[in-house]
Amino acid sequence: MSLADLTTAAPSIASGPRAHAVARVEDIPPGEGRTFVVAGTQIAVFRLRNGSLHATQAACPHAGGPLADGQTDVNVLVCPLHLYAYRWSDGASTNGAAPIRLFPVREVDGNVVVEA
Amino acid sequence: MTAVLGGRPEGLTSLALEDDDFDPRARLVVVGNGMAGARFVEEVLERGGGDQFRITVLGDEPHGNYNRIMLSPVLAGEEHEDDIVLNSHDWYADNGVTLRAGVRADRIDTAAKVVHAADGSVVPYDHLVLATGSYSFIPPMTGVRTDDGELKPGVHGFRTIDETRTMLDAVGRCRRAVVMGGGLLGLEAARALQGHGLHVELVHAMPHLMNMQLDAEAGAILKKSVESLGIAVHLDVFATEVFGTDRVEGVGLADGRRIDADLLVVAAGVRPNTDIGVRSGLEVQRGIVVDDQLRTDDPDVYAIGECAQHRGEVYGLVAPAWEHATVLADVLTGTDPDAEYHGSRTATKLKVAGVDVAVMGINTPERDDDEFLVISEPRRGVHLSVVIRDDKLIGATLLGDTRKVAFLTQAFDRGAPLPEERIRLLVDLSDGAEEVGVADMPRDSRVCNCNGVTKGAICGAVAEGCGSVGEVMDRTRAGKGCGSCKSLVKQIVEWAADGDLAEDPAASYYVPGIPLAKPDLMAAIRSQDLRSVSAVFTALAPGGQEDAKSKMGLTSLLKMLWGHDYVRESDGEFINDRVHGNIQRDGTFSVVPQMKGGVTTPAQLRRIADVAEKYEVPMVKVTGGQRIDLLGVRKEDLPAMWEDLGMPSGYAYGKSMRTVKTCVGSDFCRFGLDDSTQLGIDLETRFQGIESPAKIKMAVVGCPRNCAEAYVKDVGVVAVGSGMWEVYVGGAAGATVRKGDLLATVSSPDEVLTLTGRFLQYYRENANWLERTYDFVPRVGLDRLRHVLLEDGEGVVADLDAGIQRSIDAYTDPWGQDGKQPATPGQFRPSLPLIALPKVPVRSAPKASGSRLEVGR
Ligand code: SRM
Ligand SMILES: Cc1cc2nc3c(=O)[nH]c(=O)nc-3n(C[C@H](O)[C@H](O)[C@H](O)COP(=O)(O)OP(=O)(O)OC[C@H]3O[C@@H](n4cnc5c(N)ncnc54)[C@H](O)[C@@H]3O)c2cc1C
Ligand code: SF4
Ligand code: FES
Repeated sequence: MSLADLTTAAPSIASGPRAHAVARVEDIPPGEGRTFVVAGTQIAVFRLRNGSLHATQAACPHAGGPLADGQTDVNVLVCPLHLYAYRWSDGASTNGAAPIRLFPVREVDGNVVVEA
Repeated sequence: MTAVLGGRPEGLTSLALEDDDFDPRARLVVVGNGMAGARFVEEVLERGGGDQFRITVLGDEPHGNYNRIMLSPVLAGEEHEDDIVLNSHDWYADNGVTLRAGVRADRIDTAAKVVHAADGSVVPYDHLVLATGSYSFIPPMTGVRTDDGELKPGVHGFRTIDETRTMLDAVGRCRRAVVMGGGLLGLEAARALQGHGLHVELVHAMPHLMNMQLDAEAGAILKKSVESLGIAVHLDVFATEVFGTDRVEGVGLADGRRIDADLLVVAAGVRPNTDIGVRSGLEVQRGIVVDDQLRTDDPDVYAIGECAQHRGEVYGLVAPAWEHATVLADVLTGTDPDAEYHGSRTATKLKVAGVDVAVMGINTPERDDDEFLVISEPRRGVHLSVVIRDDKLIGATLLGDTRKVAFLTQAFDRGAPLPEERIRLLVDLSDGAEEVGVADMPRDSRVCNCNGVTKGAICGAVAEGCGSVGEVMDRTRAGKGCGSCKSLVKQIVEWAADGDLAEDPAASYYVPGIPLAKPDLMAAIRSQDLRSVSAVFTALAPGGQEDAKSKMGLTSLLKMLWGHDYVRESDGEFINDRVHGNIQRDGTFSVVPQMKGGVTTPAQLRRIADVAEKYEVPMVKVTGGQRIDLLGVRKEDLPAMWEDLGMPSGYAYGKSMRTVKTCVGSDFCRFGLDDSTQLGIDLETRFQGIESPAKIKMAVVGCPRNCAEAYVKDVGVVAVGSGMWEVYVGGAAGATVRKGDLLATVSSPDEVLTLTGRFLQYYRENANWLERTYDFVPRVGLDRLRHVLLEDGEGVVADLDAGIQRSIDAYTDPWGQDGKQPATPGQFRPSLPLIALPKVPVRSAPKASGSRLEVGR
């Protein structure tokens, strides 16, 4: 799959100039994350076990770890490299690292729509 | 390098409600968010001061409050900076305290009662507390600063986390360091830098080390101990010049010598931050002068900590700073309006591994009738002395042997009665007389010096229901300063609880998110038939809440308990287990094919070579586990590589059985007593991929020469001749080095396989998550293991055999499985798609000429 596929394969729907449909909900397994390139920015999107969606910057602020490979619960995302944890509520690190950036994300007709 | 320690995302400033007009509370402003300032705020809040005061803290450093004392271990790489945060930005916000971090206070207008800050803001106060601490003093030296007045690159002070980070950042690029100053700070810095592999020389202007605390004789012994660590010491000489045009290249001494160095740490003393006092017209001598209530000459301005000068003394330790904070909080909140501070008697410990120094009070007799006892053994690096006046201990120096420090500290602080035979103060005489144990310590003797916590306070906390050492430490703060009293705190808590001590409950949990110890957790999982991680959380976690950091341990446990019948949830797995490779620093993975017993074939090697070329693998390496590692593989290439390799996974990534190393054994080796290679292959075949609380590594050797290091493996098997094999367990040669314990000597390879299986299963069922066998075996004890595994003393051997067999039967090669049919959508999608991978360096085989390869980051 090339980068272009990743960005254009998803159906585009008219929901404002900055909303991007990146995937079908079922493309993201429960509790896991997948990274998508949205308007040139890589964004990790997570579907938690409680059904909620979250989108964050893809690379960990600590040392660039791939956040989509991290583990999740309803409160935090844990980076796979050095296990720093970041809160979904505001992106703050519970261990004192720099915060991660969060992006608005929602489900529209089974599509995952990220604003960036 | 810019992360804010204890920071929060919205910026550096946490704002509480600022509703000036309607808030009846007085305005309490603290300048300085260091150890004294933050402690003072805590003390005020503890006294209910949150209702009396609107508290604002101005702090020059952008960070929350951190434990400055621990910067030495941070510099040494022994402690992570995240673990020294005392009060995060969130803490201030949660307690309704406005922290303006990164804002420097410039000047006070005591008439208008406002503080002018460097960012132009003006902060009104009713009560103002200065807690500005000190800064590293940089003595005048030619070339120490650049033209614009900044320190020359390569010159560092050692006071703040930012300075510590800059040094940590530099150590990798530097080879030779000079540390200026042979006091506590200088010695700690020197040792820390040396630990990073630098050649370190220490320059001290005085005739002996730690001259503030030690006499000449002790100083000379300390010098030897420091030198024996490999640190060169130059005494009685000033550094006068810093060489180098753009950055430090060397240091010039007053006697004309030059020491080459690319790093210079200046630890030549500190100076109180008194500028603000001077500019505001307060009385300033060495420090900001205060009275017994910590008040300056302005009635509403106070000073505490290292910036304060009380009865002529300026302190450089945290204990006095915290005493100031307590007294002032008593005064300002009205808890004890008459509280007074009368000075501190100081005790110091050097935090340098390998050089024990503890000093309190004076080090030489001052009056004719002072008693003075000295034991000096320069050859052993030991020097002990005490000074006694009127039957009271007024000074002690312990160098090289600090076993008596607890008792002496108590005697010093509380004037506890001293033994008639004074020598007992310094050594234990083995005539059967009891040592002063925790039971005999007076209630008011100080246990934690940093926080001034007494034995009585610790007992009080236990009486009030603190059920674990951790809770007592949280409640009393004992052990939360430099940490050197932790073991004494633990002893006292245990004594006070008199066996009634709940082990720290959380410490016994198998994973943090489920409040059950492993046996109870296993029982609950079985009886409630819980087969997936999410089912366990729903049934057993408080509020049914999942916990990310518990998932991996639960997955491992469920796999062991259910074998085939475990319901896989890939979010319960760590990324390594999701994609069956070891994640690397740039998000790539490593591929280590199984190579049983380290034995391979030309065909296998050819296939590995082809795959390495086809996928442009950046590095091919022989591992310490006797197999071949393909490093730097893109996630999306993994399935195709496995397919091309056609070999099973070597499980180099899992908390599971890894490899069995072998030596060549009797087939080829002239000393070989038995076929170690075959037995290694058989062990690896039988136990391949078995998940366990932590990784398991084995080795089999054909004779006690031990060429494959079997004595230091989780399970090590040694052929001893006549068909006999020794089985060792609990060995290690990683972060911990431990020789395994001989579990049994058996007489056939089959018995080795059976016994190993039993041991593994017992370990899997009883070890804590991530507890390696080198901790597990000594914890359980060899006698117990033998009793259970060899004599079937608990009647569980049949179950153990069945349990391990269930896991053996459930084994499937994950590469063969997920490689063909991904387990989840996008299992192998890149997680950092825009970053050009791999970033790890591509290496060719090193040239024979010995040209050095650059090891990139
Ligand atoms: C590849 C290898 C180094 C090499 O190039 O030789 C290696 C690489 C890693 N080791 Fe190791 N260890 C390797 C042999 C060892 C050995 C030697 C051995 O197995 O005979 C030891 C000492 C024996 C032992 O385990 O006690 C060893 C003791 C460790 C430790 C310390 C464990 C301990 O409790 O003492 C860690 C850290 C940990 O597990 O938390 C570790 C962790 C690691 C990790 C997994 C770091 C990590 O958590 O990501 C490294 C992965 C690198 C990567 O990206 O692939 N590695 N590691 C070796 C793979 C052996 C294999 O074929 O499976
Ligand atoms: C590496 C190291 C190891 C140490 N080891 C020990 C030890 O083992 N035992 C021991 O007892 N002590 C030790 N100390 C000393 C101990 O850290 C200090 O005694 C203690 O930090 C003093 O607290 P303080 O609040 O007075 O000063 P600090 O902790 O320095 O806090 C002062 C704060 O005020 C801020 N500030 C200064 N001026 C202004 C201004 N104008 N406006 C706003 N903010 C300002 C500073 O940025 C700083 O954050 C060690 C110190 C260091 C550096
Ligand atoms: S020794 Fe350290 S750096 Fe080297 S492979 Fe093992 S864990 Fe990684
Ligand atoms: S890179 Fe994310 S925690 Fe280190």
